[in-house]
Amino acid sequence: MTEIFGVPTQALFGQLLIGLINGSFYALLSLGLAVIFGLLNIINFTHGAQYMMGAFVAYLLANKAGLGYWWSLALVPLIVGATGVVIERLMLSKLYKLDHLYGLLLTFGLALIIQGLFRNEYGTSGLPYPMPAELSGGTNLGFMFLPNYRAWVIVASAIVCLGSWFVIEKTKLGSYLRAATENPALVQAFGINVPRMITLTYGFGVALAAFAGVMAAPIYQVSPQMGADLIIVVFAVVVIGGMGSILGSILTGFGLGIIEGLTKVFYPEASNTVIFIIMAIVLMFRPAGLFGAQK
Amino acid sequence: MAEPANQAYTSLLAAKGLNAWYGESHILHGVDFEVHSGEVVTLLGRNGAGKTTTLKSIMGMVEKRTGSVLFQGQETVKLPSNRIAQLGVALCPEERAIFASLNVEENLLLPPEVAAGGLSLERIYELFPNLKERLKSQGTKLSGGEQQMLAIGRILRTGAKMLLLDEPTEGLAPVIVQQIGRTIARLKSEGFTIVLVEQNFRFAATVADRHYVMENGRVVDMIPNAQLDANMDKLHEYLGV
Repeated sequence: MTEIFGVPTQALFGQLLIGLINGSFYALLSLGLAVIFGLLNIINFTHGAQYMMGAFVAYLLANKAGLGYWWSLALVPLIVGATGVVIERLMLSKLYKLDHLYGLLLTFGLALIIQGLFRNEYGTSGLPYPMPAELSGGTNLGFMFLPNYRAWVIVASAIVCLGSWFVIEKTKLGSYLRAATENPALVQAFGINVPRMITLTYGFGVALAAFAGVMAAPIYQVSPQMGADLIIVVFAVVVIGGMGSILGSILTGFGLGIIEGLTKVFYPEASNTVIFIIMAIVLMFRPAGLFGAQK
Repeated sequence: MAEPANQAYTSLLAAKGLNAWYGESHILHGVDFEVHSGEVVTLLGRNGAGKTTTLKSIMGMVEKRTGSVLFQGQETVKLPSNRIAQLGVALCPEERAIFASLNVEENLLLPPEVAAGGLSLERIYELFPNLKERLKSQGTKLSGGEQQMLAIGRILRTGAKMLLLDEPTEGLAPVIVQQIGRTIARLKSEGFTIVLVEQNFRFAATVADRHYVMENGRVVDMIPNAQLDANMDKLHEYLGV
């Protein structure tokens, strides 16, 4: 059997793949957090719960309405994004003039309530969500076996991340967003409806989380706790990448997923902590994160 | 719609009993003044007299305001700033507020068009040739003078005919101050109406039709530019220079 650094290639590429899959979810979720933080100045602790809602709404659409995976991929981000719009209009919009802490407390509290409601209704054991038939099976690449669904997750999240980056950095709409992140009062005084833009931005960030939730449903079990487990790591990713940096959150998301996967191969004992160790080191030398603006 | 020549000087903007607050602090205590269509009017006064706050209040950018601001006869004191901008009022803020995350071209194209008849990009580059050479530079990498040109240039595109310029000459070299002075004169000749906040009344005298003097959040005097020399002693006293 072929080996690299004394590790069988099968195991190495297998863990790299798992790392890329995790990285896809880290990137999608930290991108949403970065967009929301940039414009709203709110650290959205509800993000994990909104990811979980994405998976659950897909599960419900499948079991109550008979709508399959592809329908869910299109509809769930809209449905969960709409709940985000309601949350922003009714609650978050009252907090912008107050300290960060209030936004954090509100979104954290909302996360606990949402998770509690779903736990109450569906219990803690995971519910199965079928893989779309089109993407079952896999491809033998010669050096490893690549399940089709996992390849799809990596490609789809890379496309969504890069598409979001393109819109934000290279389009007119994105220039409004970037300008409003810097100076919302002046952008509004130029004639742009900034409050509506803020509402839609929150809805978009939440929709990204829900999209990630739908993609996760066939891989992980659908459970009320799934977001809470993931979001802690995602916050570490955001801190490492730099709060509010779009490209930073995407690159660090994928990068840290891969590093985590490699750690599982070379030093499995550290695989659960490696991201937090990196976070501690980055905070020591670049407190604003790798891609954040140093103050 | 063509207007008869004798109505060219109708009141375009009129503030009456304008009060404004930042949080608990009451900054404007009943500001009264009016600007006719096609005029250049300055607001003079010491630091803290309320000049910048007056511009921001017209633009709807203060937390709370009362009284009346009529623009083209329409009451704007209850409108949010984006609605006021859509009526054709544009602000060039004192701090210039060039966006660091946007390049020069994106900064220039940022404010949306609110009416037909704004300056074309070619005209803006003709007024400020420096900008054309720096289009892909980061906005905040420009010199102070170039940033000021960008801050003025970006609001000329929008079709807004009422410009509020907050200390456009502050901290700039004399040659750039002259360029801005010539620009203001050209804009006036093209029918723009301008409210100019200035510390430098010698500069103001070269471009303005009338001067309003502010003290402690009120307008205390109005001096037509033609009578500026006769009122020099009074003005020195107002401005403490």
